[in-house]
Amino acid sequence: MKLSLGPIQYYWPRERVMEFYAAVEQWPVDIVYLGETVCSKRRELRAADWLEVADRLAAAGKTVVMSTLALMEAESERLALERLVQNGRFMIEANDATSLGLSLGKPFVAGPNINTYNAGTLRELRDIGAVRWVMPVELSRHILEGMHKARPDGLETEVLVFGRLPLAFSARCFTARARNLPKDSCELACLDYPAGLPLATQDGSGFLTINGIQLQSADPNNLIEAMPELQAMGIDVVRISPEPEGTEAVVRAFRGCIDGNLTPRQALDAMKPLFPRFCDGYWEGDAGMNWRESVSA
Amino acid sequence: MNPDRMELVCPAGGFPALRAAVDNGADAVYLSLRGETNARNFPGLNFDRKALQKGIAYARGKGVKVYMALNTYPQPDIWTAATQAVDVAAEEGVNAVILADMGLLRYAADTHKDLTLHLSVQGSATTADALNFYHERYGVVRAVLPRVLSMSQVAQVIERARLDIEVFGFGSLCVMVEGRCMLSSYATGDSPNTKGACSPAHAVRWIETGRGREARLNGVLIDTFKPGESAGYPVICKGRYQVGSCDDTIYAIEEPTSLSTLDILADLLKIGVKAIKLEGRQRSPAYVGQATRVMRQALDACHANPDAYTPRPEWASQLAGMSEGRTQTLGALHRAWQ
Repeated sequence: MKLSLGPIQYYWPRERVMEFYAAVEQWPVDIVYLGETVCSKRRELRAADWLEVADRLAAAGKTVVMSTLALMEAESERLALERLVQNGRFMIEANDATSLGLSLGKPFVAGPNINTYNAGTLRELRDIGAVRWVMPVELSRHILEGMHKARPDGLETEVLVFGRLPLAFSARCFTARARNLPKDSCELACLDYPAGLPLATQDGSGFLTINGIQLQSADPNNLIEAMPELQAMGIDVVRISPEPEGTEAVVRAFRGCIDGNLTPRQALDAMKPLFPRFCDGYWEGDAGMNWRESVSA
Repeated sequence: MNPDRMELVCPAGGFPALRAAVDNGADAVYLSLRGETNARNFPGLNFDRKALQKGIAYARGKGVKVYMALNTYPQPDIWTAATQAVDVAAEEGVNAVILADMGLLRYAADTHKDLTLHLSVQGSATTADALNFYHERYGVVRAVLPRVLSMSQVAQVIERARLDIEVFGFGSLCVMVEGRCMLSSYATGDSPNTKGACSPAHAVRWIETGRGREARLNGVLIDTFKPGESAGYPVICKGRYQVGSCDDTIYAIEEPTSLSTLDILADLLKIGVKAIKLEGRQRSPAYVGQATRVMRQALDACHANPDAYTPRPEWASQLAGMSEGRTQTLGALHRAWQ
């Protein structure tokens, strides 16, 4: 089982991104997904910068995949996507049907934002060149098991095991809205929220995270206790989505679990001080916000 | 289809709504079979096979087309039900099926070569390249655009897309890219993609408290309504929340409002939109009848003389009276909304 690091979902200053990936070079991850997947106005790093980061990670022995925007709207975004698809060095992770159309015939990863809900769709993706699919976050263990068994030859399965869940995308920017700014002059407000902007219900319960045009879960999804089951199923890759703090500890906890050096309980205990709460409800086929720490193990 | 006309596509959650749509001037109606194969899977809604036959006969008799929406993403446990629904659509001779899932598109394209395919709004295709992918791979001839593009972006898409474009003209407003929203399953376990349900009724609770009337969704407090305040159905994207460290509660995502394109029908015609869809398979026959009647009149006026088209005040007021929160928006079509 390989361990991957998903794209940074938030908008961080260039220096912070560079420091983050300089550290990642030393982390025990096998695959690193790079690039901006949420908003094309986030340009602290240009395309050439991302490729430079990619080269460094590749030199450090990581497999690099370039992730595409989840919501494509403007002509300029399409042109940037065409260039990315034709970068000639790194595979892409397609996150919408535009990238499916543009990467036809080339090997690619069908990202978590491609709606892959049955074996028929897995066959379609393989047929157009996918070499790996990432399970949509709202699917359960039961569905995953069936789809993984039914996958066509040459198609790997990847599951997001840690990170805030990307739940929705909109044309509207909710960060700008919270600041009373129009999207077209948003002042790049996302830079002020390296872990997104918390949204709570009127009784003060954390519910969602605002991240520009994206809404995420309030708490990170954490499937550490499902790791033995994921390994038994033969899942090929498990993914961790970066947070501004604590990501290295999370990577090491999952790595320890994969390598058999930590029990899931020990790995969970190592992560608990870093995050107030987790969620894992989708795994059992329930509401995604639920968190049910098993009492055994 | 006449290039100078936009088809009026109206919702039919059941036979009475279908009849209301047909009698009030729909060019086409869209409907679904019962169950989890469609994105409006609500109790008491949609058609069994017998009702479908009756509906098709009624619509046909008046020269109105029937489209069948099969627009969830069927998981393996309902895959057979989904392919059977495609078979039923083909056997009953609907004018098109409206699909979103790539696996199901492949099944329909391979199994029923004469069946006309439309891409559902749930297919999340927002660019010409995405639309052309569906056109070339599955022979999709029409697509419903997600409600995320500005007017100029819609025009750009139409210029390069090799299929017909349908847009939402009136009704509830999805704030998120359709087919890409899991807010409902995050709170309740059921989403449009998986169960054809957003904010399912079984998860909704209304609770009277000292602070007002609480609307909860599987325990999550979506909003609190003061006495006399009009209380809409609790969907996550139209609740009031606290953002960041601010104590105020605000409509952090969207206010209760409806989409209305009444004012811009002539612009939509000019950029090449081929069909206008009314949202609302969950609505009453009276609502469907009235919305259809108003939009029929507006479209007729628009088609007769696009350059002189101005919506009549009574059309606007009738639609306003049927809108959520009694307010309307152009949504993403108007850049400032974004």
